[in-house]
Amino acid sequence: MSPHLVLRVVSKLLIPIIVVFGFYVHFHGDYSPGGGFQAGVIIASAVILYALIFGVEAARNAVPPLVVRIGAALGVLIYGGVGVATLIMGENYLDYDVLHPDQAHHTGQHIGILLVELGVLTTVFSVMLAIFYAFAGRAPDIPEEEW
Amino acid sequence: MMDGFDWTQLLDFALMAMLLAVGIAIVRLRNLFAAVMLMGVYSLLSAAWFVTLDAVDVAFTEAAVGAGISTVLMLGAMLLTAREAEPVKAGRHWAALVVVLATGAALFYAIGDMPAYGDPNSPANAYVGLDYLIRTPQEIAVPNVVTAVLASYRGFDTLGETVVIFAAGLGVMLLLGLGGRKPRRDTEEEDEA
Repeated sequence: MSPHLVLRVVSKLLIPIIVVFGFYVHFHGDYSPGGGFQAGVIIASAVILYALIFGVEAARNAVPPLVVRIGAALGVLIYGGVGVATLIMGENYLDYDVLHPDQAHHTGQHIGILLVELGVLTTVFSVMLAIFYAFAGRAPDIPEEEW
Repeated sequence: MMDGFDWTQLLDFALMAMLLAVGIAIVRLRNLFAAVMLMGVYSLLSAAWFVTLDAVDVAFTEAAVGAGISTVLMLGAMLLTAREAEPVKAGRHWAALVVVLATGAALFYAIGDMPAYGDPNSPANAYVGLDYLIRTPQEIAVPNVVTAVLASYRGFDTLGETVVIFAAGLGVMLLLGLGGRKPRRDTEEEDEA
């Protein structure tokens, strides 16, 4: 039937786990190594794995280039937007303490860090995929005999 | 001092020996496919080495970017060229060797000025670094100091880095496009032919 049956089955099992791990790395970045950048790269690599096994066209259908283009700018907007929000709330640019009234537990800092890291994640994920799409759109598929 | 011997040093030496072996193999290989794969191996070994040096965040990035995405991008670039490297003239080898030896000798000469591993009085640990370690629990209340420095104390730098990544992606998109119109271009070429 289809070639690389083992690769297809294993990667289909792995890809959701990789994505969940990416989000874990992002949301757990306060407590353990990692953060938005690493999470973005991990989630992008899940899509790239999908493209390698099932073809670039399938990946383009799953994550369209339009999403990638918007995401790259959206991440920077999220990051900058957090700074503007803190400005409007009456503090310095990117001073997260005002984001939440609970000063004793520094909840504002936690919210701010998660939000700006979400911006980093969005931009990194989109840019990694954009570069991959730009390259993969030009290279021919790997011929059978070279697997 | 023998009872205080740090056995993880042996791991460091083993990893460095493997890095050296892989590096030499990459230089000597003609087959670009194998060279690209070995560069992924090199990144993965570096990541493992960073872990033994307690630089887990750096190791994370190296494993994901160096071993993962760069390998795929190098593969994509390689598919556009030949599979085998052209043989290089012998004279160029000697010039490269001289440059590498001179740089290596300068680096070895500088080792004497490096602080010992984990030295609390080294410049990296003493001034601002110590300040971050002391103040993060009270001011940010985040267990991972790396995240606190990255996202909060140096939020401006990270914003700049995000913009740099965005600009890099924008440059690639402007130069190469997203490859979305590839099938249409093919049919145009066929029409012309």
